[in-house]
Amino acid sequence: MKILNCPLNGPRNISEFVYGGELKTMPDPATCSDREWAEHVFYHDNQPGMITEWWFHTASGYWFLAERHLLTDEVQRTFDPGELFRQRIEFSREESAS
Amino acid sequence: MPFALLKYGLSSEYPAEVDLPPPTELKASYDVVIIGGGGHGLAIAYYLAKYHGVTNVAVLEKAYLGGGNTARNTAVIRSNYLTSEGVRFYSASVKLFQNLSNEFDFNIMYSERGQLTLAHTDATVRAFRQRAEVNKHFGGRTEMIDRQQIAELVPSLNLDPGHLPVLEGLWHRDGATARHDAVAWGYAKEAAKRGVEIHQLTEVQDLIVEDGRLTGVKTNRGTVRCGCAVQAVAGHSSVLAAKAGFRLPIVSYPLQAMVTQPIKPFLDPLVSSSAMHCYVQQTSRGEVVFGGGSDPYPLYNTRSTLELKESLIASGLEMFPFLAKAKLMRQWGGITDMTPDYSPIMGESPVENYYLDAGWGTWGFKATPICGKTMAQLVASGGQVPDLIRPFSLARFANFEQVNEMGATAASH
Ligand SMILES: Cc1cc2nc3c(=O)[nH]c(=O)nc-3n(C[C@H](O)[C@H](O)[C@H](O)COP(=O)(O)OP(=O)(O)OC[C@H]3O[C@@H](n4cnc5c(N)ncnc54)[C@H](O)[C@@H]3O)c2cc1C
Repeated sequence: MKILNCPLNGPRNISEFVYGGELKTMPDPATCSDREWAEHVFYHDNQPGMITEWWFHTASGYWFLAERHLLTDEVQRTFDPGELFRQRIEFSREESAS
Repeated sequence: MPFALLKYGLSSEYPAEVDLPPPTELKASYDVVIIGGGGHGLAIAYYLAKYHGVTNVAVLEKAYLGGGNTARNTAVIRSNYLTSEGVRFYSASVKLFQNLSNEFDFNIMYSERGQLTLAHTDATVRAFRQRAEVNKHFGGRTEMIDRQQIAELVPSLNLDPGHLPVLEGLWHRDGATARHDAVAWGYAKEAAKRGVEIHQLTEVQDLIVEDGRLTGVKTNRGTVRCGCAVQAVAGHSSVLAAKAGFRLPIVSYPLQAMVTQPIKPFLDPLVSSSAMHCYVQQTSRGEVVFGGGSDPYPLYNTRSTLELKESLIASGLEMFPFLAKAKLMRQWGGITDMTPDYSPIMGESPVENYYLDAGWGTWGFKATPICGKTMAQLVASGGQVPDLIRPFSLARFANFEQVNEMGATAASH
């Protein structure tokens, strides 16, 4: 069995995790074009090298990031998303008149 | 008869048939370069030569013919998809497959056994009814059958596996298999006969794009100029696309399968269960093939894992408990390029003169003939997209017009 090192829970069996996709920078949904949004949602680099990707530990409901090589399957590092995301994102919406 | 054979064998007049002419030097330029010598690349070359008289064509293959996913798949051929676009496309492929041995004068061992997909929930029964109707509408032979009929069709099947009793089945008479490498070789042989050059051990390492147009490719054997090029590289679509300067809506996952030792024939149809993520079939040699869904995370590596085999075999044994004593003989994996809507990408790319035959995921073997034929039309016409493949354009993602085949694809291939 493959073991993945969860930054919160330590080394766990890979079957406890769900893959969450490549880390991408999100365009601003309020201002980006449909094309940019489609690019963000559907398109991927998907290159056989080192990538940064999301993983989810199902048992504890915890999302984290991993650097993994897509050819060798070697995981170089796993880390808490707090290392990259320091600011709280506010999702606010302008109230429509009426 | 044996004497006649002996006489032929010893006679020098008996014409020895050459499958492929010996390798030659690469020319400096071709009208069409096809990247990838799997079933798809070879089929495109064949139809280009046969129907369009385009023969100044080179198929460039980095390893050996049909050694990619064409040789790794479990050879399921069917057309019982969900969307009308999908059913129309795959039905046309099944029709071409039926006549391929005659067309090649070479036996591809097309074997029509029918495919049975099991429904374990009411929701699946409803979805299957829809698939049966869509399929019939386009001339396919598909119907719903009940437990009694299933028991008659596959007496060895356990109708109450685990917590998932079988409710009904989707019975697709057109379901079939064929010898997959024979398909590749049939296309190669016939394409070569018509003048197409097939170069094995020739890897395309870079693409030459000038002013937004593709003008040539760089290989380990030198640079080749071309009027246009098609990429048909199955598990490596994103890699080549990146060299042309664009991205694709594709993530590459390994897909694994395995076979047992040959045993006495007991199973004629192909049997699959979407809820158990497993399909089982017996080859004409008696081996039992187990297959399922892709690996749970992306990778460009065909290594096998014990986890996936354990879960597949557990489901397989729920369906056919007596197989518990069968010995596994071989297991393998291939890289599958998965798209978000479980449909392929065919047609134009963001680069002029560069065409895409990509995103075939776990289901592309059955499409080999029709994909070859329509892609050849596209190339020969200089970019006019045939109706049959128009819905599968790369542009569908930007236009939010996906062709969702997820439910009809998973674990049935
Ligand atoms: C385990 C498994 C089971 C499957 N089961 C089924 C099934 O039952 N039914 C079904 O319909 N489909 C199935 N598939 C999917 C099917 O095998 C593929 O979709 C299909 O073979 C794709 O055909 P192709 O000719 O495009 O690919 P391939 O046969 O993989 O050909 C692509 C070729 O491109 C070459 N290549 C790659 N990069 C380069 C380069 N840079 N330069 C030159 N050459 C290059 C490769 O070496 C390869 O030979 C399965 C796949 C797997 C892995």
